[in-house]
Amino acid sequence: MVFFSTAPSFFMLADNNTSTYSNIMAKPKTDVRKPDENAAASPEKTAFMRGADVVVRTLELLGVDTVFAYPGGALLEISQALTRTKKIRTILPRHEQGGGFMAQGYARATGRPGVCMATSGPGATNLVTPIADAFMDSIPLVAITGQVFQQLIGKNAFQEADFFGITLPIVKHSFLVLKPEDLPSTLFKAFKIATTGRPGPVVVDIPKDVQQAYFVPEFPESLDAVDVPSLTPPPVPDDAVLSEILDTISKAKSPVLYVGGGVISSGATAALREFARLTGIPVASTLMGLGAFPPDSPQSLYWFGMHGTVAGNWAVYHSDLLIAVGARFDDRITGAIETFAPKARIVHIDIDRSEHHKNVRVHVPVEADAKVALERLCRLAQKSGFQKPDLTEWMGTIAGWKRQHPFPFTYNSEKTPHILPQQAVEILNEETKGGAIISTGVGQHQMWTPQFYHFKEPRTFISSMGAGTMGFGLPAAIGAKVARPESLVIDIDGDGSFLMNIQELACMAVEKIPVKILLLNNQHLGMVMQWEDRFYEGVRGQTILGDPKNIGSPDNVGGLYPDFVKIASGFGIAGRRVLRREELREAIREMIAHPGPYLLDVVVPNGEHVLPFIPQRRSALGILTE
Amino acid sequence: MKKHTLSALVENKFGVLARVAGMLSGRGFNIETLNVGPTHDPQLSRITATVVADEAALDRCVRALGKLVSVISVQDFTTVDYVARELVMVKIQSTKETRSEIIEVADIFRAKIIDVAHTSLVVEFTGNDRKIAAFLNIIEPYGILEVARTGQVALTRGH
Repeated sequence: MVFFSTAPSFFMLADNNTSTYSNIMAKPKTDVRKPDENAAASPEKTAFMRGADVVVRTLELLGVDTVFAYPGGALLEISQALTRTKKIRTILPRHEQGGGFMAQGYARATGRPGVCMATSGPGATNLVTPIADAFMDSIPLVAITGQVFQQLIGKNAFQEADFFGITLPIVKHSFLVLKPEDLPSTLFKAFKIATTGRPGPVVVDIPKDVQQAYFVPEFPESLDAVDVPSLTPPPVPDDAVLSEILDTISKAKSPVLYVGGGVISSGATAALREFARLTGIPVASTLMGLGAFPPDSPQSLYWFGMHGTVAGNWAVYHSDLLIAVGARFDDRITGAIETFAPKARIVHIDIDRSEHHKNVRVHVPVEADAKVALERLCRLAQKSGFQKPDLTEWMGTIAGWKRQHPFPFTYNSEKTPHILPQQAVEILNEETKGGAIISTGVGQHQMWTPQFYHFKEPRTFISSMGAGTMGFGLPAAIGAKVARPESLVIDIDGDGSFLMNIQELACMAVEKIPVKILLLNNQHLGMVMQWEDRFYEGVRGQTILGDPKNIGSPDNVGGLYPDFVKIASGFGIAGRRVLRREELREAIREMIAHPGPYLLDVVVPNGEHVLPFIPQRRSALGILTE
Repeated sequence: MKKHTLSALVENKFGVLARVAGMLSGRGFNIETLNVGPTHDPQLSRITATVVADEAALDRCVRALGKLVSVISVQDFTTVDYVARELVMVKIQSTKETRSEIIEVADIFRAKIIDVAHTSLVVEFTGNDRKIAAFLNIIEPYGILEVARTGQVALTRGH
């Protein structure tokens, strides 16, 4: 949103007898304190700094190395200041939403807060979706937005929107900075809030006059130096409670560990693996938790929930002890709440006590950081001569389920000569040995990805889970690749989702960010189509993405719409379309080997359903496998 | 559904009331009364709200309120022993004939007359909702012109 009116210069001269900053601001042309070229890089040289340079310098002090910023009238000062830093790479997305998801991809791939920026009004409102998305999945995101001059706030000024008000219900916290001196401490607080306890998004809205003000900034020494009164450290779990949990485990016949994103965000992967080893309990993960536990372990139930494994879902259903760690009993996990793990004693370890009893009444709520709790459980088990339960029978039952229903997943390639989407993901898994960072859009391809790509390490599956935001995959992959340039980063996308942020092909090309795109192109909104087939007699309600009278498919190449390879080529990105099964593996190899960004358009038949499938509000026993 | 009195100690900053009220309204709770004011510590304000809500839904809401960065502490008083009062002002239509009658009724309710005009009186009194309802009911036939209420304020009993 680059447009800006001439109003700002007028208002710089407007009556401002109430504010010393405004007084300084009112005569920038005659002021001898010109912005120091190196102001952002070395504040020590000059006591006075411009607000925008203070923002950039504070970000440097906070260790930020990349920001995803779209300029505009009310962000101009900060965008200018960003040109004066040598420590921060500024990446230009082609839409603010893209920038928000790039920052999320950066955060999800590293655990470090992602930073995005946009101008006031429409620039800021375009960030609403990435912010809401980060809130749902507890992602540390700091969104810095320009705001109109304070003198203009509330006057329906050009590109004005009450962003502080708009984002209230979707942020962990937010700030509207009214005093320039508050900039350093506010940004420190924003980073502290975004990353402490359960992570989440924080908005910092900065009026243009605050960006323009000259003043002597005071930078906090560290995150510890800024005080956020209610941000108390999570309680250390009581040993007595933990010992009781260990006792319950010793006596359990059919226990299951249910692990979620909290295990990954607290860095508890090693502790989880150790705890699972010590107790022998099988591990079922949510999608957010994938990568925390090795999928090839005999204890792995992989992932459970609406499209998860039969064994995982049945194990949770039949469990007598369910230990949930860093998970929130989402409806896509529980199905019908009344029949969720009906016989289980439920232990719920979570850093956020508002999650206890929220969806499911639990027997033992434990308010604690997942890593702290799991490490302490391990230590107590080793110290106190913990009696490992005999799970031979239980593991036998689970092994039976795994045999009875292909584990983790399967598909039938006999019914069609064409490439099935599952197969494309499976071959990608083989060709990359499951070692790439994968992002996705939302829909069928998002479910096939974890079904057939087996995530071994945390922060390698990057997807919009809680919010389910289409268009997430491409920008998130860009952010992840920027954060972890040594890794192979692939966006597995659907044709519907891909179109939603396709403009970021320009960002990839211009910034030379070699992300790969494996497009599973079925010419439909596949997941909605699946529900139409199952529950709405196959009536297509706007789920066909091309010409409904000439639907493209591997059998009707002429109907394929749009021509994604041509689009990629227009953006300067290499690409290829594959139609035939025999070409697939070689094409995937070509994509991986290509040095720059690459689009592989895999044309797949429509009508394939994601299975297994637990229809909404059904119990795990009602799982559909065909 | 029962009426609940929520009491939250919050940062005395702009936007905090909007966050708290938004958390209630976003869940479809109608705020019946709402009072905000600074405490003896100028950094902090107390918000007192009364809502009629389903027990479990409100419990979730209270936990979510406790999570807000601007909220220091929050409690549903329904489960504890507490005192609550509300201040009400009522402008009542009056004539030479009815004025003394109204004053008599006000006396019974320990209400004070704080303004007298030719055709109206303003009466101020404090009480709980039952007392307020009773007074408004008794005074109604004289003609209530306007009512302003502070909303309930409450504190727990004892230490």
